[in-house]
Amino acid sequence: MSELQFSEESLLPDAATLERLALSSSGFLFDPVSGHSFTLNETGRDILKILQETRDLKALKQQLSDEYDLDSSTLDRDLLEFLGSVRDQLRRP
Amino acid sequence: MNARPDNPGPGLAVAHCLRETDIFDGRIVGLGYEALDPGLHLPEYCDAGYLLPYPSAGDSTFLERIALIKEREQIDALIPCLDAELPSVTRLLSEIERMGIATYLPSPDQLELRNKDRLEELAAHAGIEAPRTKPVADAQFFFECTRRGWEFPLVVKGLFYDAAIVRSPDQAVTAFKRIAAQWGLPVLVQEFLEGEEVNLTGVADGNGRLLSPVMMKKLALTDKGKAWSGITVSDDTLLEASRSLVERTRWRGPLEVEVMREPDGAYRLIEINPRFPAWVYLTAGAGHNALDTLLRLMRGERLDCEEPAPAGVIYLRYAEDTILPLEEYESVVMNGWRTPLEPHQESSP
Repeated sequence: MSELQFSEESLLPDAATLERLALSSSGFLFDPVSGHSFTLNETGRDILKILQETRDLKALKQQLSDEYDLDSSTLDRDLLEFLGSVRDQLRRP
Repeated sequence: MNARPDNPGPGLAVAHCLRETDIFDGRIVGLGYEALDPGLHLPEYCDAGYLLPYPSAGDSTFLERIALIKEREQIDALIPCLDAELPSVTRLLSEIERMGIATYLPSPDQLELRNKDRLEELAAHAGIEAPRTKPVADAQFFFECTRRGWEFPLVVKGLFYDAAIVRSPDQAVTAFKRIAAQWGLPVLVQEFLEGEEVNLTGVADGNGRLLSPVMMKKLALTDKGKAWSGITVSDDTLLEASRSLVERTRWRGPLEVEVMREPDGAYRLIEINPRFPAWVYLTAGAGHNALDTLLRLMRGERLDCEEPAPAGVIYLRYAEDTILPLEEYESVVMNGWRTPLEPHQESSP
């Protein structure tokens, strides 16, 4: 199976949105514009934290594959699903 | 005070804010319209409580009552908290001020501008859209409205209060009759907006500046659709719309701006309230006590607090029981004021 080609622009929340999110070490995430809050598991928290620091999808994938014992296609699929969910939730009015 | 447990007015929250200002340690006199208004009977918030005549009793009755309260309590300032009493107070402003009672209120013209049938004009001042609104005087409209481009669901609103979401002509006619009977004609029909409501409160200085803005999104609603929990947010579009509105109307005094944030990110103005909202205690919790700002403006201070409150402060409303000695209730019913003026005492056997 060929590796999914991710485009940062289409997959990630925009930089301003990522920057404004308040992410605590417990995994509690607060969006100060919408007032919504979310709970993330440890993996989700780490993904958001990395994205807030770098917004670099390649670096994110590298760190995740170093951390978790996953083949590339499983990692891509899970990441795609998670980021889609993050985008939808943050866009939710 | 209108401190009803299921749909509280702002009075008690205003008193709560006053208790926590740095610049005020005087007496607070709660004013209400019903002997069982809890706000009249809570000494932790109000040192005394007085009944007011309903606005329908006329201006002279209202002024006589205010004069009596002034004489007994030496009040220095009046902060109206209900929409229905604002027209009387602004109309009688010179008489009230002649008694030595200060106020800080919008002008009668500004009050009229926020009438529900002038929402589009108001929205233009804010630089955002308003929901399409139409005055309707005949219920037949609802059987023809889809042909005129008004699809259900719709919102049927009274000119002053009350609103119902209707999803069929039958529901619409029922709501129309109920609202028309209570608030008169015309009844307003408004397109139903989907999205999330975000509100702002603050104090406008009358010179175009919005002070101590606090923005809030409701977190939980009662069965009646009233908030019992909310959180401060930081919404630049709402803030700029509110600042524009205040600047262009030269609004003076407290206000609440209500907007709907739609799923596509568009903002629409729902309403402006010319008073503090029932959630105003959140302003004290968020470090932007709106009553502190209001009192300082009343004292003529030049303030520089235009930055919004931080996001992420939550309020949670709850109901609590209080005990009311029979003598105290009797005093309110028979005299129109609460005595004793000290904290609750044991009722005599």
